[in-house]
Amino acid sequence: MRHVMEASHAVAESVKSVEPDVIAAYPITPQTHIVERISEFVANNEIKSEYIRVESEFSAISACLGASATGVRAYTSTSSQGLALMHEILFIVSGMRLPVCMSMVNRALSAPINIWNDHQDSISERDTGWIQLYVETGQEAYDMTIMQHKISEDKRVLLPSMVCMDGFTLSHVYEPVDILEKAQVDSFLPKYKPVHAILDPKEPLTQGPIGFPTHYMEFRKELCDAMDGSLKVIEEVMADYSKRFPVAIKDARPEKYFHVEEYMMGDADVVLVAMGSVCGTIKEVIDQLRAKKVKAGLLKIITYRPFPKELIAKKLAPYKNVAIVEKALSPGLGGPLYHEIASAMYEAGAKSKLRNFIVGLGGRDVRLDHVERIIDMTMSGKGKTEEWML
Amino acid sequence: MAILGLDEKEYFARGNRACAGCGESLALRLLMKVAGPNTIVCQCTGCMEVVSTPYPETAWEVPWVHGAFENNSAIASGVERALKVQGKEDVKVLVLGGDGGTYDIGLQALSGTFERGHNITYICTDNEAYMNTGIQRSGATPYGASTTTSPSGSASIGKMERKKDLMHIMAAHGSPYIASAAVGYHTDFLRKVKTALETKGPTFINVYVPCVPGWKIDPEITVKISKLGVDTGATPLYEIINGKHVLNMPTDSGKLKPVEEYLKLQGRFRHLFKPEPNKAALETIQASVKADIDRLKLLSEKGF
Repeated sequence: MRHVMEASHAVAESVKSVEPDVIAAYPITPQTHIVERISEFVANNEIKSEYIRVESEFSAISACLGASATGVRAYTSTSSQGLALMHEILFIVSGMRLPVCMSMVNRALSAPINIWNDHQDSISERDTGWIQLYVETGQEAYDMTIMQHKISEDKRVLLPSMVCMDGFTLSHVYEPVDILEKAQVDSFLPKYKPVHAILDPKEPLTQGPIGFPTHYMEFRKELCDAMDGSLKVIEEVMADYSKRFPVAIKDARPEKYFHVEEYMMGDADVVLVAMGSVCGTIKEVIDQLRAKKVKAGLLKIITYRPFPKELIAKKLAPYKNVAIVEKALSPGLGGPLYHEIASAMYEAGAKSKLRNFIVGLGGRDVRLDHVERIIDMTMSGKGKTEEWML
Repeated sequence: MAILGLDEKEYFARGNRACAGCGESLALRLLMKVAGPNTIVCQCTGCMEVVSTPYPETAWEVPWVHGAFENNSAIASGVERALKVQGKEDVKVLVLGGDGGTYDIGLQALSGTFERGHNITYICTDNEAYMNTGIQRSGATPYGASTTTSPSGSASIGKMERKKDLMHIMAAHGSPYIASAAVGYHTDFLRKVKTALETKGPTFINVYVPCVPGWKIDPEITVKISKLGVDTGATPLYEIINGKHVLNMPTDSGKLKPVEEYLKLQGRFRHLFKPEPNKAALETIQASVKADIDRLKLLSEKGF
């Protein structure tokens, strides 16, 4: 059923249809509309989830750890400082191989305190062993929130996941969204049956022990292997979802979900790479420039962890000029996505000229003319390798 | 042979790597006999987590989970709600943490869990310092104790501050059952464990457990020193049942032994006696013990 709704509410609808057994969350701007709407569902008995109103994000993720370790589906949602507060436990949840699912509403990190959008929060957690999927639209946020459970809970994966959506620029925007029937979601995502160790007095198991140097590396290797292997599972789940639920609203999502989405890349002279809602702005500029015979394309990255590096390098290698446009930063290095793509391209022996554009930090508007300048500078070779769109 | 009607089976098995004379592992071994097999244990980082679960070994015969140092009350919140979803509300949820994980770094999660009223029992094994990391002072370290981060010296008496009154912080949450216990008085301790586990809602026990290297005591006096803590009033035994205090000292509190008898057997207080007794400090400690006992006695007698 098609609705015009706020993307946050679309995510809440998704959570409603997934019906996690335990939800533990703490309010933080701009995630609040998700947890408020879920609270209403619980208050009106529209979902049967046990909702724990914890006293911090730290306890939110910890309660999810406990619930998941007991063998039920656990869900949380947060932003920015909240995610940073969870940092320590993010590693523990993935290390224990618990398929906890999170809606991550991207927001800048302090200081200075700033409630507006960028990707510094989730990118800073890229090494925690969580799957990270970035969405552009409300429809994608809705769909991916269903898919993430199937991915995380797959016995070949058993890793937590976060679906990252831009705060305000997506979370608070009203868009048409196709909402599935509960039965449709149930047929795609059956009731949760844990395939991992659980806390059960009938079969006592020790979870979260101390791992000495004799064993620790094997645990980490298994986690890395599972993360690498999840690429295939993500692809399967995305393909299955796309097939079962065809596009209902034009341009609201890719026809067939995949790790990346290619837009007008075929004959492009320059390709931009980006994640999240800024892709909508970039697509708009690409369309406008085509009328002026400027041929630009976009590679939108959805799957960021695991990083589909071979795929990305293969897609970009044919292009002479590539610009990585990102809302994150590793001070003293540059844009994390740029450096990861540069590394992937080097491994693949690709010769493309790469440029790095830092945009939209702390909610700074990424305007159409910014994107035009990025395209112009990349095609002409003007400016330094790393440029900021201030 | 069953003693005191306790389960003969060990749920916290022998062969774990705790020190000889460890008061904390003794408390765990005993309390698990009361808790029994239908229990999920959520344990904070600390000595007991380290000595009991060196992968791939485990001393636990019940389901056991450890997350981090400071979050196990929150983990227990999730476990308890998951059990509700699974229709297994008969399973007891027990959180075990040391004083570092309870008084200090885990206090926020503990407070949240108690405020929300989860049906769990939290037992703090209180040996009055961060023993696992090498005897650093915690909020539970008593005045005058020398630790590696509050060492006694020419300008230091050891820990300068008094012990945090966690019992009353927990009571302020409206918990139906709060108790202090000492592992040396194990029948009293186990009665309290049973009561806490049988009481619906969040319940809390602070059990004083001697630490051989931390307190610098002879390993054979673990039980004796634990009893002396009670007999001198330094570690008073009482319950707060639905907000009302019940003092349950094994001796008439009017006839407490001098606190020096408890202090002088412990290396952590040696500087209070040598090279010559620090009378001012000893008087301060004795006066503080008396004031605490008098207050608890009054509250208990008046029915508050």
